[in-house]
Formats: sequence, structure tokens, C-alpha cells
Amino acid sequence: MSLHVETGPRADARAPGRRPRQGGRGPRGRLPAMFDLRVTPYLLISPYFLLFAVFGLFPLAFTFWTSLQKYELAGDAEFTGLDNYVKLMSDGDFWNAVVNTVGIFVLATVPQLVLALLLANALNKRIRGRLFFRMGVLIPLVTSIVAVAVVFTQLYGRDYGMINWILGLFGVDNIAWQNEKWSSWIAIATMVDWRWTGYNAIIYLAGMQTIPRDLYEAASIDGASPRRQFWQITLPMLRPIIVFTVFVSTIGGLTLFAEPVLFNNGRMDGGSTGQFQTVAMYIVEQGFRRFEYGYAATVAWMLFLLILVGVLINYFLARRIGGAK
Amino acid sequence: MTTITQTRPRVAGRVRDRRDPFRATPLTKAALIFTVLLSIFPIYWMIVIASRTTAQAVDVPPPLLPGGNLGENIARVFATEDAHFVTGLTNSLIVTSTVTFSVVVISTLAGFAFGRLRFRGRNLLLGSILITMMVPIQQMGVVPLYQLMVNLGWTGSLQAVILPFLLNGFGVFLMTQYTEQAVPQELVEAARVDGASTMRIYWNVVLPAVRPGMAVLALQTFMLNWNEFMWPLIVLTPENPTVQVSIAFLTGQHSTDYALIFTGTALSVLPLIIVFIAFGRQIVGGLMEGAVKA
Repeated sequence: MSLHVETGPRADARAPGRRPRQGGRGPRGRLPAMFDLRVTPYLLISPYFLLFAVFGLFPLAFTFWTSLQKYELAGDAEFTGLDNYVKLMSDGDFWNAVVNTVGIFVLATVPQLVLALLLANALNKRIRGRLFFRMGVLIPLVTSIVAVAVVFTQLYGRDYGMINWILGLFGVDNIAWQNEKWSSWIAIATMVDWRWTGYNAIIYLAGMQTIPRDLYEAASIDGASPRRQFWQITLPMLRPIIVFTVFVSTIGGLTLFAEPVLFNNGRMDGGSTGQFQTVAMYIVEQGFRRFEYGYAATVAWMLFLLILVGVLINYFLARRIGGAK
Repeated sequence: MTTITQTRPRVAGRVRDRRDPFRATPLTKAALIFTVLLSIFPIYWMIVIASRTTAQAVDVPPPLLPGGNLGENIARVFATEDAHFVTGLTNSLIVTSTVTFSVVVISTLAGFAFGRLRFRGRNLLLGSILITMMVPIQQMGVVPLYQLMVNLGWTGSLQAVILPFLLNGFGVFLMTQYTEQAVPQELVEAARVDGASTMRIYWNVVLPAVRPGMAVLALQTFMLNWNEFMWPLIVLTPENPTVQVSIAFLTGQHSTDYALIFTGTALSVLPLIIVFIAFGRQIVGGLMEGAVKA
């Protein structure tokens, strides 16, 4: 009895799914038209997936295969299993690069996104010349990363740099910004921040403008201060966009390359003791300065893992923003 | 009790005015102006140094106004043979234009298919694009990509820096979104009833409708690829560089001649600044639209 009752609705539910498919066989049965309907969609997406196979899937899979080999410029590749990974675990230079990358990333991203939020909040006010201000904060984006790195490296110059000159007015001795971990990290982080804060602010601003204004009006009538409204309305409503920017910043930050390279006149070592060598620089140093292809591929896979972990951690952190009620 | 009911409306009115969250205080305006100045300064500084002599570039206190040596410095950059600056600039224009054009074509084709056509495996394929957007293939896959280029004999050639960047999942995603929004399903159906083939629908119905989305994608792709540094540095030779590689070479070989380096740098961002001045409104609009959708 009970069995009968259960099967009844299930059969019913299946039926409507089938009907349109039969109808979709096409009222006109001409072969070219059928071919067009069935096959052309695949032709349209085929250029992308062809490129994806050659320049996406193949490099990723082959990176893994290469990472299992001792593969140098001279001589053949030799399968060595997980040797490269074992070597990597005790490679102080690699871990140094990981620490630098994560350190610079945190130092750059946290202030950047907080500043971007504040900036977006300011841009969202009623103000004359809105387009001027929006374009103004986006100007850094249209300079190239290399240009930013070159200009900031000069500004951070030890003897003639403007930043040391300004600090000197306050009685601070000239700093050799490249020489220490903390100073080089700060210098590189400011390059990243200068270029990307405005971009993130514009993204947040876009999100803020989709928040219905009556929410704020209602909150004002209830006596909530602007600050409280920011925390209780703006931030929770922006959460998906914040997750998006955190995500983009994580990938960008963990693959940081041009800024630290140009901060050191184009060299890959990141200073005399590698104080600002990032993982991406380490890959290039191993693979294309020392021609240890296998080992470079191993580092590349670790970079991927690092990004994966970074994205997950940040995702869970960002999900909590404004989530506590 | 009565006092409370009397005073309340008055206080509420005053508070409401003061607490209007969209009122720009003088502090807000000052902060915005300061931010814009800060955003402009390094670019201004680039021009100041680029228009000074090599000796003036290291003056303390630093020069704050542009000088008159810009033309001379430009001539010096072009004359610095080992930097191959003109080649770099030309190469960057060729590479970036080719990549931009191709990405727009590939993305509008795929975006049409994903956005408005029904086919088996659509969701799975679209999902795979979204997932791979998270992988920085151009950084991760440098070793096999390089080996691929060696085997093809393409190292040092422009196709080596063009082809890998034609793969742009973001473009497909953006155009899928845009097609769904800008091309009504009924229009596609109507064209079909009239006997139009899929490619004809693409050409006559879809392309005209998604043109604004194409412009946004083109601008973003152009800016992104103009910037590309790591891969060209690896795969190109110093004799046949892109402009970014050329500048890296300038900084490496002439590291004390800031007037020279800054002039090269200024020339390298000129195309971007021209694009920004011409299309700034669309860039701002495009970024904001894209953000809300993503």
C-alpha cells in the first residue's frame, strides 16, 4: 500500500521532464538545420576549449609530470618520484620565499581592502564632480605595474629618494629600503596598494549602489548613526563583493612578481639574503636562471597549493564579515 | 512623560539631518581630494623626472616642477640601442592588439553559445571555465609552456607571448553574462523561425546587441596584456622584447640614469593613458557593472 503511494508521484514527476525533450526533436526535420542546432554550439565554444587544452590543461598536467623528474638544461629528464618534493620540504630558500610572499600579501591586502571600503563609502556620498573623483582614484590602474615599480623604487631610493627626504625632514636617518625584510615588504606593499586600492574602491562602490536606499532611511529614522549603518547595512550587503575582491587579491598577491623584481634592478634573488624574494621569483630563478626545470615545476605546484589554501582561508574569513548578528 | 513626547519630534528632525549617511562632510571631500592627489602624484613625478637632466633627477631636495629636457630624453631612450625600446613598443602594440581582438572574438562566440543556445553539457562546460578562472595558469605553467615553445621553435617570437594569453576564461564569463542580459531569447527564436542559421544570428542579432560588453572586455584585456611582464621576460630575447621587458632592461643596465628610465616608463604608459582619457567613462562604468554581476 505504502509502496504504491510512493511510486505514484514519482512517475508523475518524471513525465513532464520527458515531454519537452521529445518535442524538442525539432518540428522541421531538415538535416542541415538539425546539424546547425546540434553542432554549431560546440563549434562556437571550440576555440576557447582548444586553447584551454593546449595552454591550460597541458601545462598544468605536464607541470606535475615534470615535478616528478630530475630535469635540467643539459641531460635528459630522469624520473625521480617525489624526490623534488622531499628536497623542497627542507629547502630554506623556498620557505623563505613563502614567508615573504604571504607577509607582503597580508601587509598589502588588509590595509588595501579596508582603505578601499572607506574610499568607496566616501565616493558614495552626494558630491559634485562624481565622475572626476571616480576616474581620479582609478588613475593608478592605467599605469603599468612595471611603471609603478620603477617610480616607487626611485621614490624609495636610499640617497636621493623623496621618501627618505621627507622622513629626513622629521629627523629620520636615510633608510636603505631594500636591505631589511620589514622595510622592503612595506615598500613593495605600498606599490601594490597604490595601484589597486582605487580599483577595489570602485568595485565596492558598485556594490554599495545596489543597496536599496530605503534601508538607510529606515535605519536613520530608527536613530542608527551613519557608522552603525555602515556596519549593520553596508558591510553585510557587500559581503559577496568583498569575497570577490579578496579572491582576486589573493591570486594577485600570491603570484606577486614584477614589483619585487624591479625593486631589485630586475634580479630574481630578492636582495642579498632573499629578503623579498617571492615564490614566483623563486620559480623563475630555479627554472630560468639555474635551469632546474623539474624543481621549478615542483615549486609551481606548491604555489598552486598555496593559492588554494589562501583562497579557502580568506573565503571563510570573508564570509564571517558582517555575519555575526 | 509629556516632556518626552514634546521634545522627541524636534530631536528626531535634527538628528535625521545630521545623520543622513549620504551627506558629504568637508572631511569626506578633503579625504577624496587627498586620495586623488596621491593617485596622480607618482605619474606627475614620472613626468617631472622624465623632463629633467640626469643630474637634476637626483637633486636633494627633489625638483617638484617639470623641466625642459623631455624631448632630449625621448631621443636618448630611442638611441639606447641595447634596450631595443622602439622594437619593444611596437611589439607590445602588436601583441596587445592581437590578443585583445582575438579574446573578444573567442569570448563573444562562446558567450553566445553559453548564454543563448541549448546544448548538452552546457552547465558542465561553463562550470569548468569558472573553476579554471581561479588557476593562474600563466604563472603556474611556465615550465611546460616554456618547453612547449622550445619544441615549437617559438622562443623569442611574438606568437609565444600571444597564444597563451588568448585563453581568457573571464572574457567568456563576461560575454555569457552580457549575452543573457542584452539578447532576448525571443529574438533568437524569432530569427530561427525566419530560417536564420546560428552563425547568421550571431552576426546579425547577437553582435550588434553585445557591442557595449565587447568594448568593456576589449579595454580590460588591452590594459591587462599591456602589463604582462613575467612570461615575456622568460620567453622573449632582449633583442626582441615587449616594452615592459625593455624597461626592465633599462633599469638593469642604466640603473642610475633615472631621467632615461623614467622617460622610457612614461612612454610605455602613454598608450594606456590615451585609452583612459578616451574611454575613462566606459572603463569606470564597465568595472562597476562587472562587479555587480560577479
